[in-house]
Amino acid sequence: MIPSQPASNVAMPTRRTKRGKNFGFAVGSIVILCALLHNASAQESPYIVTYDHYMEEPGNLEVEYFSTFVTQRGGNDFRAYWMELEYGAKAWWTTEFYFDGQTTFNDSSVFTGFRWENRFRLLQLEHFINPVLYVEYEQTNGADKILKEIEGHDVEDDAADPNPIARKDWDHELELKLLLSKSFKGWNVAVNPLFTKNLSPSEPWEFGYAIGASRPLALKASAKTCNFCRENFILGAEMYGGLGDAESPGFHDTSHYLAPAMAWNIPSGWTVRVSPGFGLNDNGHRLLLRWGLSYEFESFGDAMKKLFGERQ
Amino acid sequence: MKNVFPFRSFFLVLLIGTGFSLTAVPIASAHDEGAMNSEHDHLHHHHNVLEKTPERDRLRVNPLANDPDAIAAGKKLFERHCAVCHGKTAEGRPHKAPNLRKDEVQAATPGAIFWVLTNGVVRHGMPVWSKLPEAQRWQITTYIKSLQPSTKEEHHEGSQ
Repeated sequence: MIPSQPASNVAMPTRRTKRGKNFGFAVGSIVILCALLHNASAQESPYIVTYDHYMEEPGNLEVEYFSTFVTQRGGNDFRAYWMELEYGAKAWWTTEFYFDGQTTFNDSSVFTGFRWENRFRLLQLEHFINPVLYVEYEQTNGADKILKEIEGHDVEDDAADPNPIARKDWDHELELKLLLSKSFKGWNVAVNPLFTKNLSPSEPWEFGYAIGASRPLALKASAKTCNFCRENFILGAEMYGGLGDAESPGFHDTSHYLAPAMAWNIPSGWTVRVSPGFGLNDNGHRLLLRWGLSYEFESFGDAMKKLFGERQ
Repeated sequence: MKNVFPFRSFFLVLLIGTGFSLTAVPIASAHDEGAMNSEHDHLHHHHNVLEKTPERDRLRVNPLANDPDAIAAGKKLFERHCAVCHGKTAEGRPHKAPNLRKDEVQAATPGAIFWVLTNGVVRHGMPVWSKLPEAQRWQITTYIKSLQPSTKEEHHEGSQ
């Protein structure tokens, strides 16, 4: 049941309008800037939750949009979405900003927060297993439903609260992952243990995991440039879920998902990802239908330096 | 209720500040020394890496050396993944990446070039390319080994 709006919300439209203008300005600036840049074509993995050990190419900016349709028992289905701006600061350091939002059917659309993610490659050369340290700061409200990671005792009921109630609570979280990945004979296998701490002192550490495996449809490239060549398609699967918290670790009272995934790397610079996910126990949502679209711009860093007057 | 705005501003400024200042440092220092020195430095680093290739890897035989499509496929892959830094004609780009037509690179074994492709030169900005399947890395190696010393026009084009 949705409660009546509190009186303090009368002032919100003005604040939202201002925030909306700022957001529009930021997006507009990025679009104009990106239009001036060349595209680059990368080889993106099909994973949406799991990370392999590959960094964004230095100086490149990848703009990504992801959407997840989720079924909800005991509540309204919803669509959660996020935008990522991923920048290769160094060959060993990738930094990324996320903006999250969601639309709950028969309810409302809300901005649910932002994340700042950094990934650091720990070893210079390729090894049998390649570790990358992942550090993320999240500032999200209770209406956040992007399910980018499952942690602690996350269950389906967590997403059942109506937006006007859920959006009132804001969390500040630090998330650490160790990204372990290996590519061999065309296959990539990645394992990501996850450790999350709500920065509120009373909250315990929470744990989770994501694992993935993927392989291109063809290992050799064809001599012709083509959108539908087999080497442009990478198929894989992910499994992710919670592992409880410091007070009650384990596989119980949390949710787990299995998700086949596909990426289509188009030579023009676009990448399309599709991944239907299925809850493996009654604690999880029955269906997560994810898709994503991304575009990579080369030499974004150089363009920035030119824009701010650095001599070349 | 939380007053979240200071956090957002803080992290936004921190991101932009650290990101761009750190990326600017090596370029600024290279700029002071001049483009020729920078190109020489890049080549020197990459040449060193080629020399450091482990013996076993250096002696690996290119399984696609006689594949009639390998050069064309390698050229396509090179333009897609490598030309951003090395230039469309592999002539290199000042401050970014070395000329792959230079004698030092062309004298390297296919195994050494494959090893550098696989491991990158992370400290100097070249990412690892093991994300490409082994066959595709050999195709790129085949293309690089097929390159001829550059003409002036190509060198100019590569520097753009």
